[in-house]
Amino acid sequence: MADKVLMKGNEAIAEAAIRAGCRHYFGYPITPQTEIAAYMAKRMPKIGGVFLQAESEIAAINMVYGVAAAGLRVMTSSSSPGISLKSEGLSYLAGADLPSLVVNVQRGGPGLGGIQPSQSDYFQATKGGGHGDFRMIVLAPSSVQEMAELTVKGFALADTYRMTAMILADGTMGQMMEPVALDDLPVTPMPEKPWAVTGTGMKRPHNVVNSLFLSPEKLEETNFERYDRYRVIEEKETMYEEYRMEDAEICIAAFGIAARVSKNAIDEARAMGIKVGMIRPITLWPFPKAPFRRAAEQVKEVISVELSMGQMIEDVRLATECRVPVTLCNRVGGMIPSPEQVLDAILKAAKNGGKEA
Amino acid sequence: MIVFQKPHALADLPMHYCPGCTHGIIHRLVAEVMDELGIEGKTVGIAPVGCSVMAYDYFNCDMIEAAHGRAPAVATGVKRANPENVVFTYQGDGDLASIGMAETVHAAARNENITVIFVNNAIYGMTGGQMAPTSLPGQVTQTSPYGRDVKHCGYPIRVCELLSELEGPEYLERVTVNNVKNVKNAKKAIKKAFQNQIDGKGFSLVEVVSSCPTNWGMTPKQALEWIDEKMLPYYPLGVYKDRSASQEAEK
Repeated sequence: MADKVLMKGNEAIAEAAIRAGCRHYFGYPITPQTEIAAYMAKRMPKIGGVFLQAESEIAAINMVYGVAAAGLRVMTSSSSPGISLKSEGLSYLAGADLPSLVVNVQRGGPGLGGIQPSQSDYFQATKGGGHGDFRMIVLAPSSVQEMAELTVKGFALADTYRMTAMILADGTMGQMMEPVALDDLPVTPMPEKPWAVTGTGMKRPHNVVNSLFLSPEKLEETNFERYDRYRVIEEKETMYEEYRMEDAEICIAAFGIAARVSKNAIDEARAMGIKVGMIRPITLWPFPKAPFRRAAEQVKEVISVELSMGQMIEDVRLATECRVPVTLCNRVGGMIPSPEQVLDAILKAAKNGGKEA
Repeated sequence: MIVFQKPHALADLPMHYCPGCTHGIIHRLVAEVMDELGIEGKTVGIAPVGCSVMAYDYFNCDMIEAAHGRAPAVATGVKRANPENVVFTYQGDGDLASIGMAETVHAAARNENITVIFVNNAIYGMTGGQMAPTSLPGQVTQTSPYGRDVKHCGYPIRVCELLSELEGPEYLERVTVNNVKNVKNAKKAIKKAFQNQIDGKGFSLVEVVSSCPTNWGMTPKQALEWIDEKMLPYYPLGVYKDRSASQEAEK
């Protein structure tokens, strides 16, 4: 049993990144994720790494692009409005097939929104990280321990598939403190990167990191190749947790803080004799379609619990192929659904017996 | 005896630049400097968005194509990742002085140890001749068809002068390439800008006042003359900052 330390979620991400071999961090201050930058500012100079506060989110993501092109593990972090600014860079990273880790500790939006937790960047992360056809691997931690584990995992996935892995957390995950075991994190060595721009040494033809292809045939080819890779990820890297689903007649779909709240409500409902369980996606892209397809054969209703106006619910409906009613239980704008609200939704579903209210 | 040949650092490819464009000269100067300093094998160049977007094909060193205006930020990443690399950006006026002004100013303010080749031809070339941040007052472009009206869209930006107010940068010089003498001076400046980086002195920018016969609507010869007549009075040549030289002089 590894020793545990009490840490904020944001600090756990920063420490895990360092343990994963990340020695370059670029960021711009924004609440509620600034602890990551503060941690990096303190630690990086002491371990021969680089912390640099960029002049903007745009500059930060382009510094990430530079380090990634040079073949090293690199990250940036921000919160919702800042991620919008990084969209250009995320698209270029995808177009140039560069690995990077990007953290979004979400806050309420749109616009400047607020500084309280939210999950309303689900669409942005899973469907629209920027212009053009591309995906990011989107990881949704539900505890401080997972903040650390998924950070390490994110670097490995990014390197393996040459793409951006995004930690999609929220203000609660970033700010809350929990005991975390850091000693046994599944750190992987960095693979060889023969494509990196480190100087030819006059020993090989020059490497070019680029997303420009003026020939439509060539550009199409790069898109097809990228999506072949994405299919492998869908097959091999989808992650989720099932909670009390064995005999469930009602299924909660929730990730991150919404899943934590839902667990409490599920336990209470179970004590009342209601057969309810949960599927918690850990990868939001690739979305765990299989367990939801199975659930559609088993349950009467799926309740999507979200801190958004209903974004993941679209993927739940697609995965269940609309075979069962899928309802939304939500709060937005920085509000969090309470266990009572989720319990009410469960009781209503139990009473309706699968008919849409 | 070989008296003249293509620099090794310059790829043996036909370039896409228009006839009479000075990018070819400036590419060659950068490549000659790489050869002379023996740094091709450890150099990483960063191409911008604009006419020189495909510069990554023309230099034999490792190359990156960056988002519009972001080359100094990308260069910062590369240099911080591998400080032993020689890192240069090659940017036009729209890229460096408009959409990428923040990246330019902050890389200079940090005295980032990189070399910036800034090609100022007072127009957006690649997109077909729109008004640039450096287009002259009264200059006719596709988006200033009645001439640049400074009351409406303000004045052109003098980048070297602007950056010279910062404590950060090591070296700022404006040169041009419209005759043999000026080409020779330009090469001297570019070489110094690379040597400064090798010596760890910091941010070195060479602004090359350049021509765009196609979008200026001139013959190549007229365009070179227009540099003397119109461009240089607004953009005077010279050294705008040379910290090491000033420190030497003070001793």
